[in-house]
Amino acid sequence: MDNSLGHPIFDKNIASPGTWVSQYADYLFRYAMSRLNDEEQARDLVQETFLSGLEKLDNFKGISSEKTWLTAILKNKIIDIYRKKSSRSNQTVSTEETDYDRQDFFDPENGHWNNQHQPSPFAVEHEDLLVSKEFNKILQQCMQKLPSLWFSVFSMKHLDDEATEFICTELKVTPANFWVIIHRTKVNLRSCLQKNWL
Amino acid sequence: MDPIKKIAYNCRKATFLIEKQQLSSITLKEKFELKIHLAGCSVCKIFQQQSILINKMVSKHLADQYKDLVLDKDFKDKLHQKILDTIHRIN
Repeated sequence: MDNSLGHPIFDKNIASPGTWVSQYADYLFRYAMSRLNDEEQARDLVQETFLSGLEKLDNFKGISSEKTWLTAILKNKIIDIYRKKSSRSNQTVSTEETDYDRQDFFDPENGHWNNQHQPSPFAVEHEDLLVSKEFNKILQQCMQKLPSLWFSVFSMKHLDDEATEFICTELKVTPANFWVIIHRTKVNLRSCLQKNWL
Repeated sequence: MDPIKKIAYNCRKATFLIEKQQLSSITLKEKFELKIHLAGCSVCKIFQQQSILINKMVSKHLADQYKDLVLDKDFKDKLHQKILDTIHRIN
């Protein structure tokens, strides 16, 4: 009867929670870390994912693999966190966000780059930067400095390749605002990279 | 200012279109405007190249940063036990 108790069962229609930790815990932890970069939060989410999985075992039909199914549960939890963070920062009219807006990258009159913010070449070949661990790390740090709504929008789009409409609905931003956020995020990220890399 | 001149000098608009174009589609008119702008603005061309690089890094390589990361054994053992306990309770 207790098929679910960790016997190596190869019928993919049956979940086997007894093997979840050994099979998926590290994978799910890395998945959460790359999207939240917060170890404690990532651990908690792995645990919550397994526990919700157990509660919803009846819903597991084996249409997707266990891994895909568990990842989907985790992903929803991450989006919940994004949503909470961004609504919190919306309420307080996010001082961090206005700080960002105050950085005048462009001339308000004609839209030209202001001198001190003009992009200049990275001085290293792009192919080399792509594989540079250090550059990667700086990118990660720059992303962490973003206002939380921007970070959420940016990672849902780029890490998860979510549809724009989906992101707008989940995070309650208008499509027009979505593009403004995408634009400002990139201008800021790029500038942060230039400042910290050169 | 005539419309062509306006876009030719507007880097804010050009960088906005550069971003939108990478993730979605822009209109023919916008494509034309962007082309004209980039033909005359080397700074925005640099921006475009770096923007493409950043997108590549984010989608392909950011996750790699954690590829060796694992949960500690103690946490896993406890979690495993918790799962077994929950299964017993449910059954």
